[in-house]
Amino acid sequence: MTAAIEMVDVLDEPKAIEGRSPFVLAVHRLRKDKVAMISLAVILLIVLMAIFAPVFTAITGHPPNEQYRDIGLTPDGLPRGPNGTFWLGTDDLGRDILVRIAYGARVSLLVGVIATAITVVIGVVLGLAAGFLGGITDTVLARLIDVVLSVPFLLVAIALVSVTGPSLTVTVLVIGCFSWASVARIVRGQVLSLREREFVEAARSLGAGDGRIMFVDVLPNVMAPVIVYTTLLIPVVIVTQATLSFLGLGLPPPTADWGGMISSSQNYYTTAWWFILFPGLALLITTLAFNLFGDGVRDAFDPRADRT
Amino acid sequence: MAMFLIRRIGHGILVLWLISVAVFGLFFVAPSNVAQTLAGRQATPETIALIKHRLGLDLPVWKQYLHFLGNALKGNLGYDYYHQVAVTKIIAQALPITVSLALGAAVLWLLLGVFNGVISATHPRSLADRGLTLFSLFFYSFPSFLLGLLLLYFLYFRLTLAGFNWFPAGGYSPIAGGIGPWVQHLVLPWIALALLLAATYTRLTRGSMLDVLGEDYIRTARSKGIRESRVVVVHGLRSALTPVITQFGIDLGQLIGGVVVTETVFSLPGLGQTAVVAINQQDLPVIIGIVLFASAAVVVANILVDIGYAVLDPRVRLH
Amino acid sequence: MTTDVLLKVENVRKEFPTHSKEVVQAVAGVSLEVHKGETLGLVGETGCGKSTLARCMAHLYDVTSGSVTFEGQDITKLSRKAMRPLRRDVQVIFQDPYGSLNPRRRVGSIIGDPFAIHNIASGNERKKKVQELMELVGLNPEHYNRFPAEFSGGQRQRIGVARALALRPKLVICDEPVSALDVSIQAQIINLLADLQKEFDLTYVFISHDLSVVRHVSNRIAVMYLGKIVELAPTDELFSQTRHPYTRALLSALPVADPDTADSREQIILGGDIPSATNPPEGCRFHTRCPKARLDCAAEEPPLEAVLDDSWQHRTACFYPLTVGEDLSTAVPDLKAS
Repeated sequence: MTAAIEMVDVLDEPKAIEGRSPFVLAVHRLRKDKVAMISLAVILLIVLMAIFAPVFTAITGHPPNEQYRDIGLTPDGLPRGPNGTFWLGTDDLGRDILVRIAYGARVSLLVGVIATAITVVIGVVLGLAAGFLGGITDTVLARLIDVVLSVPFLLVAIALVSVTGPSLTVTVLVIGCFSWASVARIVRGQVLSLREREFVEAARSLGAGDGRIMFVDVLPNVMAPVIVYTTLLIPVVIVTQATLSFLGLGLPPPTADWGGMISSSQNYYTTAWWFILFPGLALLITTLAFNLFGDGVRDAFDPRADRT
Repeated sequence: MAMFLIRRIGHGILVLWLISVAVFGLFFVAPSNVAQTLAGRQATPETIALIKHRLGLDLPVWKQYLHFLGNALKGNLGYDYYHQVAVTKIIAQALPITVSLALGAAVLWLLLGVFNGVISATHPRSLADRGLTLFSLFFYSFPSFLLGLLLLYFLYFRLTLAGFNWFPAGGYSPIAGGIGPWVQHLVLPWIALALLLAATYTRLTRGSMLDVLGEDYIRTARSKGIRESRVVVVHGLRSALTPVITQFGIDLGQLIGGVVVTETVFSLPGLGQTAVVAINQQDLPVIIGIVLFASAAVVVANILVDIGYAVLDPRVRLH
Repeated sequence: MTTDVLLKVENVRKEFPTHSKEVVQAVAGVSLEVHKGETLGLVGETGCGKSTLARCMAHLYDVTSGSVTFEGQDITKLSRKAMRPLRRDVQVIFQDPYGSLNPRRRVGSIIGDPFAIHNIASGNERKKKVQELMELVGLNPEHYNRFPAEFSGGQRQRIGVARALALRPKLVICDEPVSALDVSIQAQIINLLADLQKEFDLTYVFISHDLSVVRHVSNRIAVMYLGKIVELAPTDELFSQTRHPYTRALLSALPVADPDTADSREQIILGGDIPSATNPPEGCRFHTRCPKARLDCAAEEPPLEAVLDDSWQHRTACFYPLTVGEDLSTAVPDLKAS
């Protein structure tokens, strides 16, 4: 062990006074992962597309919800395929699919990020509390985690959204309130072993209170799995949102979102392949990019997981 | 062991009870106009009140809950609002479809996942490993409805157009009507589900296989000159499968209430689709019944997994 | 010797529940005093309860019964909050230089913890104090921003020492501070502790399973066996007038530099294992392994008191204490009823 540490010292620049945190080291490893970096680039492109969605309108001259019933539909009232005016074709109402995909990215990313953030914050705080405080707090929270994990999430989500009526807030809240349990369970498990470590006792012997020990001493040690889980959770949330939309419980029309677009394309897939293909591709590329990136993050933050 | 079992089952019952309270509270507190719907558009307030009374909706929520709980303990989950069919009967009709879907898919994804995982683990960092990882992540990234629609497009629509009438557009054919049609109707949903879930198993098998193959006893086995394939399968895979089987139990439990989308896409009238229909009609007894039933499936699956674990590893029982 | 008592432990018991509803008696009734300015050594085999006793002294554990008094104040029942001001005066150096430092935090922030927790210094002032401390314990202050993993075991233990000394405590409980280190590094840390004691007038409780280390640093030594103190004496006396058979057994296991005396020296090999702390033997806890055990040893527990012509400073819990020069290697236990 000592030898290994001295090795690191030797390998390091001898004058490197700034210690490299495990986080920095992980990011360093991640940077060398080509697949992860390409995925990150794709993610950034999608983010840019979402931010600059109005630019697509400016270039094509088509607002996202404008229905071009004359030039956007065939005389039979069917969607038009990709052409010079509508680069990726039109949907059943004669709207520009390209522009709607760009605007749809906003919904997916917004829900993906916000719902994931809510999930992770609730999960981390409750998991920390359960694992560290133990006793009655743990008993109650552990049962609560069991309850949430046992409920058929999608069914309850659909039921809730159908009762409250679909909206962005409801979608985010429903996803956030039902996904935290797995985060909490991971964190709790880690904390249960961490709290027996001597550095926690050391902090206590210095007079640190529970709150300080939980957030200053224990939390940094559970961040690696949390970061990994977070990156892998984003695509899951995006898919969940799209699924709710697909089932007709997404955002109220005419707001563009990918799941909703795919849902309305169902009746046309025999006649208008572009109608399902492009929104489907957008969704697939996004989740795939996040998953590939998340996979890289997992390998970078937990080198053990991919050792040979 | 007996104590462990009792405690574990006690926990399960507690969890189910909590879920029943939560679900009941949630849905009954939410505004409902089911009486209005049932009575029709021209109904008088009196008619609506009468319907409410008949359905027990005029009682305070807690009374309705106690009523429900009392019946549920006797194995009666109530009756649907529209046709007065017992919820248990509705579940009993839908369950075989969901179970057929889940079990068939399970066989596929286990084979696929474990096979890929073993190949990956025995050739770490090889082209095959990377290819399989990419393959499984690709399908893992698919939203289930998209994968289902694509399968329908290519394997039903395109094939049928080309004159190969192999797969139906959807629907279910009971196993009593012959194994052939049953399989024919379920192949596409099985594939859709299996491709989606196989990724988890590939990763799980790969990881635990890599761990196991690094153990001393594997090296001992190799040094004794045992054939590599035998080392991998007999010595390695057997112990590497424990986490896989755990995950399998949990997933199987969750599928009972989790195949909503696949059932919807392929028009399979299983539990998920029945629930979606009930949700659209605000048919509360059916929703609550199915949600509770699906939760019970998860709880039972988890208990079975824990028992399996405890049987295999006595240390677990202590905690 | 002045008997200015800093910490007083009275009849402390600490029991842990086990899964099978039994209790482990880690500390089974210990009384001792720590005098201002001294180093009290605490030795015993692994599992004898010395680390538990240390944690009871620092009020990291709630004692099952008995009391711990620091500077005349009973700290046994103090809440965490009430204990906080006292934490400045009682500090602990932990055994494991790897486990006791948070791997995810920078060294500067670890050593600065005491200042942050007690709201003493912040910002640049804290940084300056931390760097002074690092210098004091022989670390390069420029390594302020490094992580524990970037230090060797000895350096890590210096970090632990710096953290413990940050608030200039009166009592430092060193829980096997050198056991995890290479022998060559052990001496460095021990010397560092000795220098710091002189400079800051510290009182140490020094815990180790290694009698030679304890002998080197301690003014007085308490020998523990199965949760009890069996002998407590000034260091020289413990070695020259060993009274308890268990102490003698420990001493006989010490390496001797001179090969001639090493050969002729008595070897006492204790039979059997340490009995389980969930089910300790009746009477004297050592009687199951003691070469001098007699029937009454199994029946009654010997009190910790001055025996033979010893002064009050030297206390032994044994009905048949050794006299100087007594040969223990030929002794045979006799536990039969006569």
